Amino acid sequence: MSAPLLSFDDVSLWRGGRVLFEHLNLIIGAGDGLHLCGPNGVGKSSLIRLAAGLLRAASGTVHRSGFALADDALALDPELPLRQALLFWCALARGQQRCVDEALETLGLRHLADVPVRLLSAGQAKRATLARVVASQASLWLLDEPLNGLDAEGVERLAHVLAVHRAGGGGVLAASHMPLPGAWTQLELGH
Amino acid sequence: MIGVLVRRDLRRAFAGSAWLPMAFFLLVATLVPFAVGPDARLLSRIGPGALWIAALTAALLPIERLIEPDRASGMLDQFAVHGLAEESVAAAKILAHWVSFGPPLLIAAALGSTLLALDTATLWRTMIALAVGTPALAALAVAVAALTAGLPRAGALAGILLLPLAVPLLIFGAAATAQSGSGALLLEAAVSLFIVAGAPFVAGAAIRSARS
Repeated sequence: MSAPLLSFDDVSLWRGGRVLFEHLNLIIGAGDGLHLCGPNGVGKSSLIRLAAGLLRAASGTVHRSGFALADDALALDPELPLRQALLFWCALARGQQRCVDEALETLGLRHLADVPVRLLSAGQAKRATLARVVASQASLWLLDEPLNGLDAEGVERLAHVLAVHRAGGGGVLAASHMPLPGAWTQLELGH
Repeated sequence: MIGVLVRRDLRRAFAGSAWLPMAFFLLVATLVPFAVGPDARLLSRIGPGALWIAALTAALLPIERLIEPDRASGMLDQFAVHGLAEESVAAAKILAHWVSFGPPLLIAAALGSTLLALDTATLWRTMIALAVGTPALAALAVAVAALTAGLPRAGALAGILLLPLAVPLLIFGAAATAQSGSGALLLEAAVSLFIVAGAPFVAGAAIRSARS
């Protein structure tokens, strides 16, 4: 068995003097999909940010392989055309331009490639953040509320890329208060 | 990777408002003759100091666009996700900010000196002192921008933070414009180096602590 893509070993997280969770263990390996659910404010986003290394655990250790993060922040330059804004991250990661074009295609954004990011609608912006993750070619995807703002066709496209990613040996950790398409292991926070 | 960051910041600066500090600097330099009168001897005596004050106030203008937009749009988080240290991001921002701020300011100083009746020798000394000081002003601006990013009334707070920190620079920088100012120039360079070397670490720590 290969090394896990993400593992939490006895992890506790405190925020603002409040315990969000304690002694949490989880492992995401190749092909796994873990769905974080639970009511608002229970710490789903914080767990994602902890997995991404943007928050520090109060105790325990987190191991992760190369990953990509999509949260509710767009992280694309608003004045640039969509394709160029995505190419910036591609250049930073020394990736191939082809990946950006393929990601635009799979998320149904090709016709928006030359449209400035600031003109995208909320749903299109969500697709754009997902396209950034798809183009990164990282093996682990951390998705915070990936369904927010997506229409039915967008959800279908997301389901497709998730299935392809997991079939190709990738892992996904997704936080969502709605049911996600496909087969997922559920982790309910707040219990 | 740092090169990609610097290119992005330069593109954004020159497509946006890189000319604004320069215009502001010239405006402040223009106010001095109105305020103290057209006495050429008096103007040329206070001219270098007036240019320094104009430079300090002009350094405040770009602060709000240096870090906050990238923090709010999640760019800083994504830089961390891509394995870039916050200190490297800050260093890239300082370099890019200096390129879009320092040389235009020197051009503005050359233009402004005609309003203040500076003779050629004094102008040269002032230009050298400003050239030595602008990297520190750029570094201070980025560090203060990182410290105040996301806070309410960040602009006003940034001014209160930056100006006192720039006082050593102002003291030695203004002294370096005098005829016997070579010692002061060395001290100004030392202060400038100290600030440029320390600022990426201050800014990096500020970016990190803003996350939790």
